[in-house]
Amino acid sequence: MNILESFHNLLDIGMRELMHLGVTDFITVAFFYALSAITLFAGWSVITRKNIVHSALFLTLSFISVGCLYFTLSAEFLGAVQFLLYGSAVAIIIALGIMLITRENMALSNPSRSFRHRLSAGVLTFIFFMILSISIIFTPFDLEIRSFFGNTVFNLADLMLFNYTIAFELVAVLLLVALMGAIFLARGGDEK
Amino acid sequence: MVEAFKYFSSHLFSIGLMHYLILAATLFAIGLYGVLTKRGIITVLMSIELMLNAVNINFIAFNHFTLVNDTSGQLMAMFIIAVAASELAIGMAMAFRIYHDRKTVNVDELRDMRG
Repeated sequence: MNILESFHNLLDIGMRELMHLGVTDFITVAFFYALSAITLFAGWSVITRKNIVHSALFLTLSFISVGCLYFTLSAEFLGAVQFLLYGSAVAIIIALGIMLITRENMALSNPSRSFRHRLSAGVLTFIFFMILSISIIFTPFDLEIRSFFGNTVFNLADLMLFNYTIAFELVAVLLLVALMGAIFLARGGDEK
Repeated sequence: MVEAFKYFSSHLFSIGLMHYLILAATLFAIGLYGVLTKRGIITVLMSIELMLNAVNINFIAFNHFTLVNDTSGQLMAMFIIAVAASELAIGMAMAFRIYHDRKTVNVDELRDMRG
């Protein structure tokens, strides 16, 4: 017990020293850049890969690294939801869809449009991105502080069941309707 | 030039709202490019999911870095996740249906409703 306590003290002092040296800051920064690099690389690979199965796997990687980014933004519950819903459920739905739909050569299963289309789409997307990033850089966001220090899950439940009750119930109805619609669409009508 | 370098280096090593917004904008642009250029229905759906993830990053970053006293941004992100899940389920069911009826999932060949 005593050894454990002294170890904890040592760890505490060590962490404080590291914070003085700016190492934890450095770790946060490195974590952010690594995660965003993984996210963007995986997103780009989803678009550019020739094989659609590789695209689906890169999409899952992108979802998981976005979930890790949620953890860096102190949204732990959202991160867990991201892992459970996107990292597994959506990935499985997409893999199932690929398995049921793709029949021809797998190596050419993710085709793009012609070069002219791609060029115009790239120019359009680049202009859109430049406008967006210039407006982000030149907008003065001066409230860059963390302002909420409570328990995220309790606050989410409070909001969900008191302030946004109708929206919450409507989302439940939407999920039910989507479930029924998906079953109806996939099963098809009365076939002879 | 020196001022610009100072501004750049001071923002490079302290992660703020701007970094997350730029990341989300880049991810959104990648998704938009995918929606505009890919031919298969499933890849278009995957690109839409990428765009919705970018929107979620924006919501959560704003909730973390600006002066709000609760987690309503995270709640909005949860609603977006629910809507995205139902959208993906419906889209996949439609893709099954289209493949069953037409033997193709190429969006360029599905132009029966064009006038």
